[in-house]
Amino acid sequence: MHYKSTTSSLWHRQSFRQLILVIPALLALFLLFIYPISSILIKSLFSPDFTLKHYLYFFETPLYSRVLWITFQISVLSTLSALIVGYPIAYVLRRAKPGIRNFFLLAITLSFMISLLVRNYSWIIVLQRSGVVNTVLTYLGLVDSPFKLLHNKFGVMVGMTHIFVPYIVFPIYSVMMGIDLNLEKAAQNLGATRWQTFWRVSFPLSLPGIGAGALLVFIMALGFFITPALLGGRKEQMISNLIQIQVVDLLNWPFASALSVILLLATLVVFAIYNRYLGVERLWGGLKT
Amino acid sequence: MSSRSRWPLWIVSGSAILFLIAPVLLLIPMSLGSAEIIEFPPSKIGLDQYRKFFNHPAWQSAVLNSLQVSVMTAVFSTFLGLLASLGLVWGRFKGKGLINAFIISPMIVPLIVMALAFYISLAKFGLLGTKLGLVLAYTPLTLPFSVLPISATLRGFDRSLEHAARILGASRFQTFTKVTFPIIRPGVFTGAIFAFMIAFDEVVIALFICGSTAVTLPKKMWDVIRYEIEPMLPAISTLLLLLAALILVLVGLLQRRVARRMTVG
Repeated sequence: MHYKSTTSSLWHRQSFRQLILVIPALLALFLLFIYPISSILIKSLFSPDFTLKHYLYFFETPLYSRVLWITFQISVLSTLSALIVGYPIAYVLRRAKPGIRNFFLLAITLSFMISLLVRNYSWIIVLQRSGVVNTVLTYLGLVDSPFKLLHNKFGVMVGMTHIFVPYIVFPIYSVMMGIDLNLEKAAQNLGATRWQTFWRVSFPLSLPGIGAGALLVFIMALGFFITPALLGGRKEQMISNLIQIQVVDLLNWPFASALSVILLLATLVVFAIYNRYLGVERLWGGLKT
Repeated sequence: MSSRSRWPLWIVSGSAILFLIAPVLLLIPMSLGSAEIIEFPPSKIGLDQYRKFFNHPAWQSAVLNSLQVSVMTAVFSTFLGLLASLGLVWGRFKGKGLINAFIISPMIVPLIVMALAFYISLAKFGLLGTKLGLVLAYTPLTLPFSVLPISATLRGFDRSLEHAARILGASRFQTFTKVTFPIIRPGVFTGAIFAFMIAFDEVVIALFICGSTAVTLPKKMWDVIRYEIEPMLPAISTLLLLLAALILVLVGLLQRRVARRMTVG
């Protein structure tokens, strides 16, 4: 959507001037984005001579292959559970009366805006040994000893799902807004049950939104750090946590750099798939660049 | 969707919404406990935790550091973002799409990768543990979030208003400050608020580069959540919750203004 003007000759002359406006941002990005990223690439490959030993070490050590597998597993599972929680919200949002829709949207947006740390911390309060869930269950006499709900895979899954749901809801909702609800009525008039209508009409039409949301969340999950660190145990540490341990505890910068490059490449591969099938402009919902 | 037979759907979606907000809202009553440990439900009610937080020097300096860093980041990133948006939305040069993608690309790089990248490169310039280092790290990170709302607003701006101002004798600079900027201002503020919020909440990069000399609020919270049981935390969380609500209202008002100005313009 470019500006269309009848007086274009006047503005044609300015196109070079407008390129100049972009230069400060480009300069900042080269200094503060490209340069730091290249410095980890260099750190992972030269010490001081060219070597691939840090990458080989990663792929040859079973412990690290396990971390890679856990990262993949948690990313897939949290994407799926965010879909399961988020899809019904989007479905209802599309069909609810304005009052309920606004309340739902407010709740989702508020949850989305609240500090990540606060959201993770709230789950510690809810799930810990003496937390809300265990207190209530014990009080009701349903359990004798408190459940272990934190510092395990369950805790990580709950925390990550909680953070990813809004990222799932918004793209699905925006795709659903483009669906003509009369199609559902038509299917039902032709004798389809409600269930058939959903699986044959509504669900397939919402698939682009599901794809967009799921890939976006998967990309975020791959490099997620905060939740596994706070809500996970030793067995749920993902590749990002491994990077932090290597830097802070072991001071092994070259190996941490190699890990970062691997994580970055994995992210870029998923993003390339996203871009290929959905287009980068989907990332920001309505805001097209 | 009025039919009563849809109740399973209501239960499912209602629980999903509850899942999203209930744990966070639960922190509000928890913040009123006065005991030295966090209890549910709180046994003594009072505002002691808030009083303690506002009188605690270490927390005060963390809040101050966070505010300084976030405001600086917002100013820096909005300035760069405004210029870039003006060029990208109105310019017609080759490679526009590529530049756009480049500006937005920091969004998809995992924070932990950015954190290590800045840790290594800021160390070379002795900028670890400084607020300037944090601002420099947050600028590329927040740039996409200031560029997106600003360019969206610019795209809705009717440039014939500028033509009119120029024909009536305004200089290019006057046209921008008197005509263009006042109209796109809500979009620019929205971008600045986004940049502020991201910087104010950022913890992964802060963990790596703020050291012990430029501790920000999220970094301090992280340490406390991780290593100790701190009864002040629900109160701090409640304050951050209020901040999020405030920002939400502010952005909502700004969006409404954008819409109104566009229709008037």
